[in-house]
Amino acid sequence: MSLAARHLEENGIPTVVFGCARDIVEHCGVPRFVFSDFPLGNPTGKPYDLDMQRAILGLGLELLVKASAPGTTVVAPYEWSPNHSWKDKVFSKAQPFLDPDATRKWLERKEAYRALKATGTI
Amino acid sequence: MAHVKYIDKTRAYYQAEGYDKPYSWAHFGQIPFTPFASIATPLSRCRVGVVTTSEMALRDAEAEGDDMRRLVYSLPTDAPVDQLYSKKAAYDRYATSLDDVDSYLPLSHLRRFVAEGKIGAVAPRFQVIYSEYSQRKTLTVDAPEILRQMREDRVDVAVLTAV
Repeated sequence: MSLAARHLEENGIPTVVFGCARDIVEHCGVPRFVFSDFPLGNPTGKPYDLDMQRAILGLGLELLVKASAPGTTVVAPYEWSPNHSWKDKVFSKAQPFLDPDATRKWLERKEAYRALKATGTI
Repeated sequence: MAHVKYIDKTRAYYQAEGYDKPYSWAHFGQIPFTPFASIATPLSRCRVGVVTTSEMALRDAEAEGDDMRRLVYSLPTDAPVDQLYSKKAAYDRYATSLDDVDSYLPLSHLRRFVAEGKIGAVAPRFQVIYSEYSQRKTLTVDAPEILRQMREDRVDVAVLTAV
């Protein structure tokens, strides 16, 4: 996603990225970034909180217009919950990132991708 | 409280799973920049393109098998939001859900911004890009395809949502 933003920007289209993985997006480096300190999944606001979603989108559009330098991050002024316990077990044995079915599909895809690459299809 | 360090966490996680070579996340010394002023169009007249990693699908569409090539695809931005859903498995399923489309693909809010005259229009289609292991594929296949579609749609600025 960050690479796509960079490509668009290199070709004359101003971009703004919305995301929840601050370290990954900033490590890559994108022109404009609205960071929400939320679990992975809801980069444009909490589910069913329409006011928050609208405000976060508004932040991004404002950033699009006002950013004067690349690599500008705006932090959305919202908390996911009063305590941050949702962060404790992210990517842990207790909470495998993918469920077994998704893991199986991921491994199948990896194999299929290797095969396509070997035949020069992709 | 500090944000989650996903790079460190995933490295430790996959190492414990037996993958010994850690993933090398994309990193560049320079960041490209197109100042908004350079497009010489006020936001109220801009056509906004939308890109997401949320692997959207239409509820009533005929079920298609997974595209193993995982190429960029697009769907109409005027699709009713309640007819869209995400097929993405990689998100924090312990803490949240992808049930509310506007929490990761803000189509309803963009339409409202058009109605209010804050933005000019939304592009007729949005692009789905897969989160890929291969940076080479993203750079040489996916990103150019998104650019091609956006040029075809005469997009002025782009909003990208990373799920």
